[in-house]
Amino acid sequence: MCVGVPAKVIEINGFSALVDVMGSQMNIGIIFVPEVKIGDYVIVHAGQAMSIIDEEYAKASLEEWRKLVDARTDGSIYEFEN
Amino acid sequence: MQELMDQYTSSKISRALLDEVIKLAKQFQKKFQRIPAFMEVCGSHTMALARTGVKKALQNHIRLISGPGCPVCVTDQATIDAMISLTDEENRIICTFGDMMRVPGSYGTLMQAKANGNDVRVVYSPNDAVRIAEQNQQKEVIFLGIGFETTIPILAAALKEAEEKQIHNFSIWMSTKLVEPILRHLLNNKEVALDGFLLPGHVSMVMGRKHFEFLAAEYHLPGVISGFEAVELLSSLRRLLMLALEQNALVINDYQSVVAEDGNEHAKYWMNRYFALCDEPWRGIGTIAQSGMDIREEYRHFNAKEKFSVPMRSPRKTKCRCGEVIRGLIDPPECVLFAKACTPLNPIGPCMVSSEGSCAAYYQYMREE
Ligand code: SF4
Repeated sequence: MCVGVPAKVIEINGFSALVDVMGSQMNIGIIFVPEVKIGDYVIVHAGQAMSIIDEEYAKASLEEWRKLVDARTDGSIYEFEN
Repeated sequence: MQELMDQYTSSKISRALLDEVIKLAKQFQKKFQRIPAFMEVCGSHTMALARTGVKKALQNHIRLISGPGCPVCVTDQATIDAMISLTDEENRIICTFGDMMRVPGSYGTLMQAKANGNDVRVVYSPNDAVRIAEQNQQKEVIFLGIGFETTIPILAAALKEAEEKQIHNFSIWMSTKLVEPILRHLLNNKEVALDGFLLPGHVSMVMGRKHFEFLAAEYHLPGVISGFEAVELLSSLRRLLMLALEQNALVINDYQSVVAEDGNEHAKYWMNRYFALCDEPWRGIGTIAQSGMDIREEYRHFNAKEKFSVPMRSPRKTKCRCGEVIRGLIDPPECVLFAKACTPLNPIGPCMVSSEGSCAAYYQYMREE
C-alpha cells in the first residue's frame, strides 16, 4: 500500500494533474506539491503526488555508483554477468 | 531512477555494491565478533529486499530484521474485526485499500462479507470513496483508514474534498499509526538488539530526514533513509555498514531525490489540520500512547467511530505469531503455522496476506525449495 510509483506530469488543472505512469495516464491530486511543473516526475501514493523527484540528486547518486564500479573494474579482475 | 539507468548498468552497479556490502559486513564481523543486525522499518522495504534477492544474497552476512512497518499487519485484531462488522448494515458502502480484503478477521474477512452481499468496495484512493459518497447520497460511505505517515495526508486530502463539497455521508474509521512512537517503544523495551535502521523512504518523504534524528541523539544508533530499488537498498546498506563499523550514530538521507530535510510541509500541514495525536492499539503489543492520529474534534462528523457503533466481540485466539514478527523477535519460519496451515491462499494472520507482510515476503522469496 505504501508503494510509491514515479509518474511524469503531463497537464496541470488547478489542484489536480494528469500524469503518465509507465504508459498509462491518470489523474492525481497535487495539493502536497503545489509548486509542481509540467515535465516533473513525482512520487504518487494512493492518488496524490507526495514528492517531486529531484533529478539532480538522482543523477548524483548514479555518478557515485558509477565511480564505485569503475574503481572496481580498473584492475579488470571483475567479470559482471548480466 | 529507472529512467536514468538501463538494466545492464543497474545490475553492474548492484553487483559492485553487493560486493562492497559483503566486504564491509565481514569487517564488522571481524571487529565485533558477530554479524550486524539492521531493522528495515518499512513494509515496502521488506518486500523489496526479498523480491530483489538482496536479503537472500546477504543472509549469511547481515541480519535484516523486518520491523513494524506493514500497516495491515500492525492493526490489532479487535480493530480488524470491528472494520469487518461495519459492513453488516444496510445502506452502507465500505471502501478500503485492496490489502484489507483478505485479512482474516475472527469471524470472516471483508472478501467474505462482500460475497455475502455486503457492499464492500476496493478503491485506489480515499478520494474515490468521497466521490462514491457524492453519487450515493442515500447511503453512508465509510473508508477504512489504516496506514502510516505516508497515508495520513492522503486521508486528509479526502476529508478536504468532503469538506469542500459538503458531503455529509462520508466518514473514515481511523486506525493510523506513527513510526516514531513504535521505534521508541521497541528500543525502550530492548527486546531486539540492533546496530542500525534502514529508514522508510516514503514516510521520510512526508516527515523529513530530521524527524529521525532522535535515533542518533537519544539511542546512539545510525539510520539511513533508503529508496526501494536493488541499487538503492544496497547503497543504503553500504552506508549503514560504514556508520555501524565506526559506531558513528548519524541519520543519513540516501534518498535525496525524493526526501528533503524537513519532509513535505504541505502534507504535514494538511495532516495536522484534520488529525491530532491519539493512543493506538498495536497487534501483539497493546496500546501505545500518542502513537497514531485520529480525526480532530471539530471534524467529528467525519469520524465513523462517532457516527456508528459495532458489536464488540472478543477476538478469536489463534497460534499466529504476527505480533512477534512485527516486533522483529522471530522470523516467519519460526511460526509453526508458516507455509503449513498458513499460506497466502489460506492466511491465518495479516502478515501472510498483506503485500507488505513479512510472512508473505518470506513465503514468496525466501523459502528453500
Ligand atoms: S506464518 Fe501465518 S500464522 Fe504464522 S505469524 Fe505469519 S501470518 Fe501469522
